[in-house]
Amino acid sequence: MVGGQIPVELFKTGNSKKKWDLKKIKSSHKILAEYKYQRNEIHKGYANRTLYVNLSTGKIKEKKVTEEMKKKFTGGRGFGLKLLWDSINSTTQWNDEENELIITTGPLCGVTQYPGSGKSLCVTISPSTGIICDSNVGGFFGPYLKFAGFDAVEIQGKAKDDIVIVIDGEKGKITIETASEEETDSHLISEQLTNIYASEDNDKSRQKVSVVSTGTAAENSYWGCLNFSFYDIRRKIPRMKQAGRGGFGTVLRDKKIKAIVVKVEKFDGVENNPADPVTLAKIGTKLHREIRDLDRHQCNMRTVGTVHLVEIMDEYDLLPTENFRFGSFPKASKIYSQEFYKLFTKIIPDGCWHGCTMACSKTVDGFTVMTGPYKDQKVTVDGPEYETVGCGANMSIWDPLWILEFNFYCDTYGIDTISTGTTIAFCMEMYEYGILNKERCDGLELCFGNAEATLELIHRIARGDRGEFTGIAGKGIKRLKDWLIKRGWGDKQFIKDCGMESKGLEYSEYVTKESLAMQGGYGLTLKGPQHDEAWLIFMDMVNNAIPTFENKAEALHYFPMWRTWFGLNGLCKLPWNDVEPLNNPETDDPSKVPEHVQNYVEYQNAVTGWNVDKEELILQSERCYNWQRAMNVWLGKGCRKDDWIPYRSMGPVTEMEYKSRMERYDKKLVEKLGYSENKVEKMSIKEKMKILYDYSQDQYQKLADSVYYRRGWTPNGVPTPQKMKQLGMDDPKMLKILQDKIDKDEKAGLNIWGGKYGMEDKPPSKDLHYWE
Amino acid sequence: MVKNEKVKILKFHAKKCNGCLECEKACSQVHFKTDEGGDKSAISIIKNNDSYKMIVCNQNGLCIDLCPVGAITRRKTGVVILEKNTCIGCQACVGFCPFEGMKKSTDRIEPFKCISCGSCVRACSEEALELVEVKIDDIKEVVYHKQGV
Repeated sequence: MVGGQIPVELFKTGNSKKKWDLKKIKSSHKILAEYKYQRNEIHKGYANRTLYVNLSTGKIKEKKVTEEMKKKFTGGRGFGLKLLWDSINSTTQWNDEENELIITTGPLCGVTQYPGSGKSLCVTISPSTGIICDSNVGGFFGPYLKFAGFDAVEIQGKAKDDIVIVIDGEKGKITIETASEEETDSHLISEQLTNIYASEDNDKSRQKVSVVSTGTAAENSYWGCLNFSFYDIRRKIPRMKQAGRGGFGTVLRDKKIKAIVVKVEKFDGVENNPADPVTLAKIGTKLHREIRDLDRHQCNMRTVGTVHLVEIMDEYDLLPTENFRFGSFPKASKIYSQEFYKLFTKIIPDGCWHGCTMACSKTVDGFTVMTGPYKDQKVTVDGPEYETVGCGANMSIWDPLWILEFNFYCDTYGIDTISTGTTIAFCMEMYEYGILNKERCDGLELCFGNAEATLELIHRIARGDRGEFTGIAGKGIKRLKDWLIKRGWGDKQFIKDCGMESKGLEYSEYVTKESLAMQGGYGLTLKGPQHDEAWLIFMDMVNNAIPTFENKAEALHYFPMWRTWFGLNGLCKLPWNDVEPLNNPETDDPSKVPEHVQNYVEYQNAVTGWNVDKEELILQSERCYNWQRAMNVWLGKGCRKDDWIPYRSMGPVTEMEYKSRMERYDKKLVEKLGYSENKVEKMSIKEKMKILYDYSQDQYQKLADSVYYRRGWTPNGVPTPQKMKQLGMDDPKMLKILQDKIDKDEKAGLNIWGGKYGMEDKPPSKDLHYWE
Repeated sequence: MVKNEKVKILKFHAKKCNGCLECEKACSQVHFKTDEGGDKSAISIIKNNDSYKMIVCNQNGLCIDLCPVGAITRRKTGVVILEKNTCIGCQACVGFCPFEGMKKSTDRIEPFKCISCGSCVRACSEEALELVEVKIDDIKEVVYHKQGV
């Protein structure tokens, strides 16, 4: 396949072909509910209505999208927050009837001219965190949902038996159908349903269907992800992109949904009816050309996708290795991007939505599965992406083929590679210290590097094995820590320091020890420790561009707002800064990529017909960001204590870690803490570690002080009613909730700064009621 | 399926060109039923100091592997064709063509290109344009796929 100009007909994956009696499967479906709707044109990026489905009652209805809703929430994740706010209450748990699974689009979603414009945004109450989780995912579902006539779909209630929801944009019909005969695992059910619901038996028709599904492991863990399909006319299979974090797949299966299917009759390049298609094509083409000319010299996204990061992270000591103990490893070169490049299928336009020439969605085709129920079959593995390879490093698995095996099973079983990998890495470290052992791990030798045991654990979770460890491990690090502590195995503080979770969600794969700003980028977040709000390591650590707390707070205001904006519009973040104009380093603010920001201003205006500027884009985000934090407060969280992060993300937990970077830490004691070199030399490692421990914790609290202040929140991290009103988010119910919480905090003495301030440094404000 | 091993492509004799743009007008007649030329023509003649240069598709087919919906194929005649009804207007082919041979008019979202029909050749009174036959293997190109180059 490599090296030639290949006609579409000649692409072959070498995959094992599965044959099903699809007619029999289809005819076994019983229609439980049906709703017919009038299809209408999309107007400047908005379908102007959302779809509500209640699985308990069978009720299906449309909801109108008002101009006020657009003004306040823009679209995408913002719409998800609004719909959730209208539907749940402050005590709703993830598995309650009223919890919703919401998939939204955004006004720019479905545009084909600008790379990265096909994202769906998912919103729910997460099983891992108990608060709102949002996830940004590719695949064709979002664009097709909008083309079928809806800006969002919200699903409430639970079905009694397994069902599929079918949104048929061709006939203008929504159905809830029983689905007892379908497979559950994603790589199979997405293929079955794509073929069942394609109008004709050809690739063109199959490409107009998209399926959202999960897998068997999602039923037995909190790691469930959603797989969004996009049919590939060259590989002739539906491929998948994951809404990974926070347990969306778990919620899907809890509602007894096997899959959600959407199909469209046809669409063209101006299906969104943009206000100014000429400008749209112009800025899109400009970016295509930039990618054409520069990608091969910058990130190589078109050839290896996000995997290009592995060697960079290893070089800068940021690649999490052995449960984040280290940031680089001698064996790491075995999983550098060139190793995966050898395995990836080349040349195919690998965008997860049409027109994305960044094309980072690589696959390994014809991969022979080594373990489990699909052993010896040849399959397509979607990925791996950087995070999944990072999980390999974290579990000390240095073989690309085992990383592919891990990737394949996590995807098809419907679990998030990040949460799965980080949790297993934690277990492995606990195993090394004897806190866990073979007996405590249900007979598994879960030591670093044991790929077979890793896969066996995943298979057991998928099968629903009843082992005590298996059951708890699948619920993630937070529950594992509680279990270890309850059992009295190991030192409590040590376990807490090593377990890489915050808010109940596992860390994604970057080492943050040396960058205070990045610790904030993980901890001072809405949904949990995930790098999608800010990635400040180079700015902070390598370039030292944000030295003061005030600088860091400004970065932790701007970048989370900027990155939130993509999720309000149905966009991908990657084309913003994974390719940069040649003159970007000479601009006044290279980290923001000013030319691309301007592209997005013009882009949103060209679709919606608005006349916004770059400040307004940030405001759009600020409204929704603050609203989401306020909703977390309403749900009983979203305060300083919830922004806690484990010490492993701040500094060396073990002597081994200190010794491995002794020079760096000793230097820190001299330069940052003012100890003389002589004194440092005489101190024991234990003493030095204790000093660093206290210092790092205090630094983090001071960072939180500055960030809360910058964001317009109280010292306990609560958005103030004044800030909300200033943003135009003046819902009286919400304002009262926030004021009540602030009053309660005042009585409890929580409206005080978290850092210990001495003579040299001062808190962001002397007035503790600065917002009034 | 490439049946034909050869394809007809346009050859430009710059010295004969007088810059009258009759070729562009003929081309826009083929694609948009108008004689406006300019951005509605698949062939562009541009003044280059005291000479002229031609910008037009050379049928190398690099765009074929770029199209996400398979709208661009090489026909039996060897000519690379963009099928308008399948195209979803993403402009990937426009952006990635190394010499801007894939054109986009402001009239519609789908791009268009030279189909080696010879209208421009016939329209040229100076015989500055010619359709010549070349081996596909000699001209075909693929999108770069090597890491770092």
